[in-house]
Amino acid sequence: MSTLATPAAITPNRPGLTGRLSDFLWKHPHVLLVILLGPPVLWLGIIYLGSLFALLLQSFFSIDDFSGLISYEFTLSTYRQLLSDANFDIIVRTITMAAVVTIFSALIAFPIAYYAARYAKGKWKAVFYLGIMLPLWSSYLVKIYAWKLILAKEGILTWAFTKLHLLWLLDGWLALPIIGGNSLSVSYTGTFLVFVYVWMPFMILPIQAALERVPSNLIEASSDLGGTPQQTFRHVLFPLALPGIVAGSIFTFSLTLGDYIIPQIVGSSRLFIGQAVYAQQGTAGNIPLAAAFTVVPIVIMGLYLWMAKRMGAFDAL
Amino acid sequence: MTAAVLFENVSRHFGAVKAVDAVDLEIAAGEFFAMLGPSGSGKTTCLRLMAGFEQPTGGHIEIFGETAEGVPPYRRSVNTVFQDYALFPHLSILDNVAYGLMVKGVGKSERRKAAEDALAMVKLPGYGQRRPGQLSGGQRQRVALARALVNKPKVLLLDEPLGALDLKLREQMQEELKSLQKSLGITFVFVTHDQGEALSMADRIAVFNDGKIQQLGTPEDIYKRPQTRFVADFVGSSNVLSSAICARLGVPAKAASLRPEAIAIGTSWAEQLSLPGTVTARSFLGATNRVSVDCNGEKIIVASPAAMPVPEIGADVQLAFSRNDLHLMEEA
Repeated sequence: MSTLATPAAITPNRPGLTGRLSDFLWKHPHVLLVILLGPPVLWLGIIYLGSLFALLLQSFFSIDDFSGLISYEFTLSTYRQLLSDANFDIIVRTITMAAVVTIFSALIAFPIAYYAARYAKGKWKAVFYLGIMLPLWSSYLVKIYAWKLILAKEGILTWAFTKLHLLWLLDGWLALPIIGGNSLSVSYTGTFLVFVYVWMPFMILPIQAALERVPSNLIEASSDLGGTPQQTFRHVLFPLALPGIVAGSIFTFSLTLGDYIIPQIVGSSRLFIGQAVYAQQGTAGNIPLAAAFTVVPIVIMGLYLWMAKRMGAFDAL
Repeated sequence: MTAAVLFENVSRHFGAVKAVDAVDLEIAAGEFFAMLGPSGSGKTTCLRLMAGFEQPTGGHIEIFGETAEGVPPYRRSVNTVFQDYALFPHLSILDNVAYGLMVKGVGKSERRKAAEDALAMVKLPGYGQRRPGQLSGGQRQRVALARALVNKPKVLLLDEPLGALDLKLREQMQEELKSLQKSLGITFVFVTHDQGEALSMADRIAVFNDGKIQQLGTPEDIYKRPQTRFVADFVGSSNVLSSAICARLGVPAKAASLRPEAIAIGTSWAEQLSLPGTVTARSFLGATNRVSVDCNGEKIIVASPAAMPVPEIGADVQLAFSRNDLHLMEEA
């Protein structure tokens, strides 16, 4: 019998640098962990969180009204300015828009996600993912300008309403106070539609992922125990999908809170938080006020998550 | 008396696949009924037809005299213990058990009381505040049982409820289920692929294969008098003797089944039948030795008590058995 045919019970150390290195890392797994995690943690800690805290710090400084220079002294005057009527209006407007966009996104996304999670198989699942993801691949600006054209007075939507003899409906809607306007493209309704369209994938995908994890026999069990479809939805499906809905709403809510391009292109001339930040740090040069404005979404999202947790949204995780 | 469950020529086809094919079945009220068969034999689909998760593509189903086809699960007084228990992960054990009462609008204190009683019945008192994820497999199984029984169903369906448990726990649960069924008097319909489980627990057994019932009878019937080769083989792996061997024994038949434990190795006495053969393999199984014997090219398995001496491989032996243990079959 040749010696080659029978391998040793334990083979010798692997030769070379890579061999020794991998043997070393196998013996010291935490060293590997440090090597793998170090760079991203440093990136997140210094570049991302660090700059965020630097920005927050700015909000406790103030701008000198005469010289236009920042005075680096701790003060809450910027926050007083933030809560002035005009600025507070911006905050209320943005939060209202974000909330309405989130609720409608969830209402539209749920059936789509439910279908995709429960019924779509094979080819149809691929069609679903493609349909959801495809809009994300094209430029955000192109989509918004496309919507501006669709919603314009001379746009396809008005044309379609005219052809269907439903123009009175559109005109009636546009005649409503606050949400109406000269045309959809310069109304809050238009801003709302574009927000819902653009953030929709961010709502559908988390809900779909949550629903996919709900075993179908839980639905059967509820029905078996006497639960009508409505009760099954309320007591089983909805609570189990809630973490997904919350995750999706974090996207739609925070993205709406911070966006400054959509309301600028489609909508009335009244500002949203994102536009206010843009204006304050750019033309007005009021970095402290811009920083104070950015604190608003952070605080709101913190409160939102805290409430969601208290309401048990994450119990099923 | 009205049957608890009645199937008349019931079929459930999925496209070309005949999961259940023209099945007739009558389960008596208060009976412990087992549906036994390999996976894909149609037994689980039958259970799902009773629960209402599936609708028949043909035939007629009655539950306690009432037409069941087209009736959704939530309108049937039938409850299911699911194979993997299907406990609601977001609810406490107590809320899980009280779920059926909750959706029926039973008041909070009343349903909590009933749920606690049900938990006590399955020997899990005081577990109500835990979550399903905190319980072991055996405990979850009991919760699933309590959750179904708290509704006082007319028929309780059990879909391989013991499949995920280890042997010792399974045997213990078998006894408990049996005595629970006796004391409650509820009709139990039990799906299993484990013939031992079906034999030890059921009043009657339906053996399924290829969407059809192969044989329906008491455990003793099924075990001792299998009517088809499939039943003989599936329920306790009987030997099926060919017509040639039957002829040699002086018993004219197309085929006959013979249980491994009915055969003795060694010399026979007058009233017994005997067959010569050669030992080809043997293995020790604890209580018995399993000996394979070649008789004229046909393999016969003998379950020989461990106390008996075991012949060497290659030894020529005589197999002896009583004529009464030889059960003649209609089909070859």
